[in-house]
Order: sequence, then structure tokens, then C-alpha cells
Amino acid sequence: MATQLVMYEEEFSKINAVCDRLTKDANAKVVFLVDKNGQLISAAGQTQNIDTTSLASLTAGNVAAMGGLAKLIGENEFPNQFHEGARDSLYMTIVGSRVVLVVIFDNRTSLGLVRLRIKKASDELSKIFDALLKKTESPGMGSPFAEISDDDIDNLFSE
Amino acid sequence: MSFINYSSREINCKIVYYGPGLCGKTTNLQYIYNKTNPETKGKLISLSTETDRTLFFDFLPLSLGEIRGFKTRFHLYTVPGQVFYDASRKLILKGVDGVVFVADSQMERMEANIESLDNLRTNLAEQGYDLNKVPFVVQYNKRDLPNAVSVDELHKALNHRNVPEFQAVAPTGVGVFDTLKMVAKLVLTELRKGQ
Repeated sequence: MATQLVMYEEEFSKINAVCDRLTKDANAKVVFLVDKNGQLISAAGQTQNIDTTSLASLTAGNVAAMGGLAKLIGENEFPNQFHEGARDSLYMTIVGSRVVLVVIFDNRTSLGLVRLRIKKASDELSKIFDALLKKTESPGMGSPFAEISDDDIDNLFSE
Repeated sequence: MSFINYSSREINCKIVYYGPGLCGKTTNLQYIYNKTNPETKGKLISLSTETDRTLFFDFLPLSLGEIRGFKTRFHLYTVPGQVFYDASRKLILKGVDGVVFVADSQMERMEANIESLDNLRTNLAEQGYDLNKVPFVVQYNKRDLPNAVSVDELHKALNHRNVPEFQAVAPTGVGVFDTLKMVAKLVLTELRKGQ
């Protein structure tokens, strides 16, 4: 079983900074970072009108389905996917085989520029997640929920 | 596999509703969606065929409240129940924290129930999980139908592990929230143990 994803303040702000920068550098509308299991990690840009939770879940579903297809034809995965729409387009990249970087952009930028900037951001993110994984696995980082009581759990359901 | 974010103080868990075709997995989610406050739920997404059969999955995000300052969020998924969608079912089990097995109580669906439970065990094992260890709840749905098998018989066939089990009539909501609360509780209890 893969280890649980745990996010700490330090890495979280680094990740958000990379996503913010990528939005500007690529002239993109929105940048998302999604866990392969469908959990949204970070969102930057014009996220106001987007249902980010649904987007995260569908991204993970899509990446999982394409991964399944890849294996059927003898590939490990398809690390990059591009979907072109009439106005907005979407580019997905798997980072460190653990998370998915999603960039939504329109005709104010170009696919070439987006790909170029994603490459750089992806390398940076990969390093951050490596560090995060080491931190999670290091001793002394027990579950923050070790202290919760049965009452705490029961209280959630006592409406 | 839950996602704990210390920075935004959130915890996200994934629950999957599993079971044979037409047993009422989607109906469970639809009932939950219809009966929860708008502020605690997100959109219910259904990737289904033209005849309303689940093609890939249904998805419903729910917020349950706070535990020790952490917002708890549950992502509920269903799998497509039909046998030939097995490849998709496997994918949805990735990163699961808790499983609800929805059984169809009708006599003629007993075989399908058993087959689906075996399939769950196999698919979980492929993802590195053990059905004997994951937080797991069984729901006996369609209790209102005249051809429903006795709970005793269902228990013998489907609940060897003796996990919490609930009788349900999903369209009217009988047993739906009891099932959800129990699996959520088991997931949080598991989380307390840590990895």
C-alpha cells in the first residue's frame, strides 16, 4: 500500500508558489495540482468559477483510465495529455508518478510555451514531493490523529 | 489513502461503494446528495451511459465537520457494477480508505453478490489491500422486495469477517446514513492508529 500523503506548511507554500509562477509564466488561466487518487492539492489562477473538487476527481479518473490503456499497449503510462477545446484547452502532466499537474489555457498563450513552462515547474515539484515523502517517512512524524478519542469521532455524527 | 494537509488543516478520505450491477450503489449516493445541506456537499458527478448505468464512477464530496481543528472531508465513489467493467472498477479502488459492499437482497441476485464480493477481494489485493483489514461495512439493500433473502442467509454468504452490517431500502433512505456513518467512523478510527 502506498504511503499516506501528508502536506506540511513549508512544502505547501513552496508548491503553491510553483503553481502561481507557472500560471504567470505560461500565461495560463488556471493551474491545478491533483493527487493521483483525486485529492486537490493546490490551485492557482482564475479558480473562482471552477468546481475544483470535481475537477480533481475527474482528472484522477482520466489519468487512471489512460494509465490503464497505456498498460494494455505495453506502455507504463502516458505522462502527458493534451485536450484541445474550442476556447480553452487542457494539458495534464504526471509529476513524480504521484501527482498530476493540470494547466488550463486559452489562445492568449501557445501550446509550445505551456509545455516549456510545465517542464520546468514539473522538475521543481518533483523535488518538493521527494522531500515531502522523506519527511513523512522519517520517525517522529506520527499520525496527527493518534490523539483523537471515540468521543471526537462520535461528535461528528451527533447532529 | 487519506490526504492530510497541515497547512489548510484538512483531512480527505476516500470511500468506495462496491457491489453487483443494479444493487443500488448510485441510489445510495443520490439519497445522500438529496438529503445533505448544500454547504456540506459538492456536486454529484455521474459518469453513466444513456440508460443510466454507471459507466466509470459516481462521485460525491461531503464535509462532515471538524475533528481537533481539522476539517474532515469524505469523497464517496461508486464503481460500475456490471461484470465487464472490471478494468474500471480496479482503477476506482486506488487509494481507498474504506469500502461499503452493497448487496442486492433478492434471491436471484445471490450469485451476483458472491461473485462481486470475490471480485472486490481480488481487485483490492491487486492494489495491495487486504479485504480482511480495510475499514469495511456491508449493506443489505432492497429489503422491501418480496423476494428478499433473510438477513441471516445474507450474513452467512457475504459477511464472513463479521463487520458492521445494515439493512437498507436505498430509494427511501432506510439504512443509507447508518451505513455511511459507520464506514466513516471506521475510517477515522483506522486513521487514529496511523500507518
